[in-house]
Amino acid sequence: MITIRNLHKAFGNVPVLQGIDLEFSKKGTITAILGPNGSGKTTLIKSLLGMVIPGKGLIEINGIDVRGQWEYRAQIDYLPQIARFPDNLTVSELIAMIKDLRNQNADDARFIQLFGLEPYLDKRLGNLSGGTQQKVNLTLAFMYDSPILILDEPSNGLDPVAMLHFRELISEEKQKGKIILITTHIMSLVEEMADEVVFLLDGKVYFHGTVSALKEQQQESSVERAIAAILNVKKKHKPLEKPQPVLIPDKAFSFNIST
Amino acid sequence: MLKILKYTLFDLLRSRWSYLYFAFYLVFTAALLFLSGDVSKVVVSLMNVILILSPLIATMFGVMYYYNSRDFIELLLAQPLRRTHIFWGQYLGVALSLSVSLLLGIGIPFTFYGIFHAAGLGHFLTLLMDGIILSFIFSGIAFLIALRHENKIKGFGLAILMWLFFAVIYDGLVLMLLIWFRDYPLEATSLGLALFNPIDLSRILILLQLDISALMGYTGAVFQKFLGSQMGMLLSFGALLLWLLFPAWGIRQSALAKDF
Repeated sequence: MITIRNLHKAFGNVPVLQGIDLEFSKKGTITAILGPNGSGKTTLIKSLLGMVIPGKGLIEINGIDVRGQWEYRAQIDYLPQIARFPDNLTVSELIAMIKDLRNQNADDARFIQLFGLEPYLDKRLGNLSGGTQQKVNLTLAFMYDSPILILDEPSNGLDPVAMLHFRELISEEKQKGKIILITTHIMSLVEEMADEVVFLLDGKVYFHGTVSALKEQQQESSVERAIAAILNVKKKHKPLEKPQPVLIPDKAFSFNIST
Repeated sequence: MLKILKYTLFDLLRSRWSYLYFAFYLVFTAALLFLSGDVSKVVVSLMNVILILSPLIATMFGVMYYYNSRDFIELLLAQPLRRTHIFWGQYLGVALSLSVSLLLGIGIPFTFYGIFHAAGLGHFLTLLMDGIILSFIFSGIAFLIALRHENKIKGFGLAILMWLFFAVIYDGLVLMLLIWFRDYPLEATSLGLALFNPIDLSRILILLQLDISALMGYTGAVFQKFLGSQMGMLLSFGALLLWLLFPAWGIRQSALAKDF
């Protein structure tokens, strides 16, 4: 169970998260975290993993306040957005390294076979294509059986076959009763897989509920349209900028133009 | 931490840059031994190269390795590991791989020369130790600079400037200071100033060991005059060890406070 209360984070003077309250408690639920670029999706995920240190607020994972802790991460499997590994290690060495670091049971053989990584096991990671590196990335994320699975843009660089395997895997993990969080820009994936949606806007939770509730609320037929509707409304209702005084040179007065 | 160190070392010992660095020392040392044959002279010549080159290479390696593994660090941070262990492990891996290149590059020719049965073994060992300590100090400071600066160009620039400061500018500043205040007794001041530059400290350590007063320069001579060779060596060695702690402490502080 993940509980987030009043989470704030700013980078310098730029606020990124502004009071996030969320709870992910239902097992076997896939939640898609959506939002436009810069809405705080990745920062929220990184806060859960302890990579970003929150300015204010509380994050509890299975009842443990995660601030300053590291052991709790054994309960989370994470797929980072960008896969880049040490150039001179081979694929099998990298997998051995992560297994060595985590010291938990891993089912790497299955995923090596599933993603067709056998021919690459003895190749250096620096020589692999982006897509193959992403398959290694997926293997590292899925080979453990942790109760929480966090996937940051998982579809990056995957070919259609790997994408198909990926969808199957997600459904399988869901069946196992895991809490799964996904950030993505691919709305068809959300429509097909997600049970719940969290929509972030300007660092706040704009919507948290089921996919059908989102569509209902916006009276749209698809998630994509519902999201577009939220963003359009937001644009329309954007508070008007403060009228700026226009100065006319050599005149002793100014006047305001409001739109 | 040891596991991270192990895999960083695995990765770096296969890097062609490590081989190049090793090959350079191998050829250079072999050539010097072949041309001169006098261990003390070779040690002094090598010293002049090591004092400049090993901090420079360590600086470049430290910055490069951090920026190269930036994305991989995110994957490591998501594992159940302490932050400090990840960064200390990587830093020590970089420093150790450099040390291995230096140790083998210089050690192999000296071993063939028969240093273990010849006079001057102590000089040779001091030289090796100096090179290794400098590799640790400078790769650590470079790692720290990279950790504190997300902008690669800024990080590289600052790291090179740091090396330039310690290798060249610092001595120039000390010299200017000594000239400006030449009417005052400056022995203690110059002694104190040397403690703040690891390259100077390493130079003093070797020169005191070699006992070549002609090459010692002002600070070295002051060290010998005030403290004697033995005490001078102890002090400079102790100060170098303190210098080793500085980057390790800095990396810890930065790693704990940083957002990735």
